[in-house]
Amino acid sequence: MTEETRLSSYLAGARDTVPMIVGAAPFGIIFGALVAAGPMALWHGQLMSATVFAGSSQFIALGLVAGHAGLLVIWLTTFIVNVRHMLYAANLLPHVAHLPARWRWLLAVLLTDETFAVMTGYYRRHPQAPLGHWYFLGSALSMYVNWNIWTVVGLLFGAAFPQVQSLGLDFAMAATFITIVVPLLGQLPRLATAVAAGALAYLWHGLPYNLGLLAAVAAGIVVGMALMRVRARDGAAQEDAA
Amino acid sequence: MNYALMIAGMAAVTIAIRTAIFVLGNRIAFSPLLRQALDFVPVAVLSAIVVPMVVAPNSNGLEITWRNPQLVAAIVAVALCALTRHQLLTIVAAMAVFLGWKFGVLG
Repeated sequence: MTEETRLSSYLAGARDTVPMIVGAAPFGIIFGALVAAGPMALWHGQLMSATVFAGSSQFIALGLVAGHAGLLVIWLTTFIVNVRHMLYAANLLPHVAHLPARWRWLLAVLLTDETFAVMTGYYRRHPQAPLGHWYFLGSALSMYVNWNIWTVVGLLFGAAFPQVQSLGLDFAMAATFITIVVPLLGQLPRLATAVAAGALAYLWHGLPYNLGLLAAVAAGIVVGMALMRVRARDGAAQEDAA
Repeated sequence: MNYALMIAGMAAVTIAIRTAIFVLGNRIAFSPLLRQALDFVPVAVLSAIVVPMVVAPNSNGLEITWRNPQLVAAIVAVALCALTRHQLLTIVAAMAVFLGWKFGVLG
């Protein structure tokens, strides 16, 4: 077995993230192109990819900007959409708790869905990895650099072909969201959440500051959780009867 | 809208979320109820954004009609995604249906 070095761990992390990078690239391009077609300046799009670095919330912000939402709604929605990263961090914490603060800051800021997936697999294979943080950095930094490169490509593409706006490119955003939601709808409670949140968001879209969106999200979550409880209780009742 | 301010706020929120656990350690705990609620967040948020975009694309009341290219293409996208589970294929096909419907069928 070859000796593990910082560099080899770093490179292994980057290598194992390549499939995720390939998967994210088209979305970076679509994001950039949507920014170019919308009301924001090109540098705003790059600033968002560089500082927020969270694809789904970046797309959602564009959707909210198009819907004339207020700042507070956009920030609250960003929180709701990104709060899952706390669960990722809690999951990975045992493997990074021993690191110096600057390492924990760096890895935390760069933590994404993709790197969480890669790190979960890595720590399962290597529960005791003294250079695991270099692997982590390799995965996280390669995601970061690539997301920003593909954002530039999308911005330049969108700026070079401004007519894409009149084509209705914003439908690409709706299509992207549909492909994220549909695979999650296999369970009845989630399907109920989708129907309730979608219908209520339409009905309440006239509320001030786009608060109807947040209210619809909250109501959808309540509907899904209530249904899950009812089903769990019925399931338990059936088991009792049997 | 001040977009730079909007982005700065989004970045601050996201960085706070990402760093809280790694920096503060185990002092933050999630109740099972909250974990359960978080599980429903993606479906709820994305549906709440997509449905109004598709059923009322011009913010001008419901357009549940074959003359609404967003609606036609969204139905195709849902069906195709459910059948193939292929994200990029679905997006490309849905865009093709959308543009074909808007400029081809409806002209």
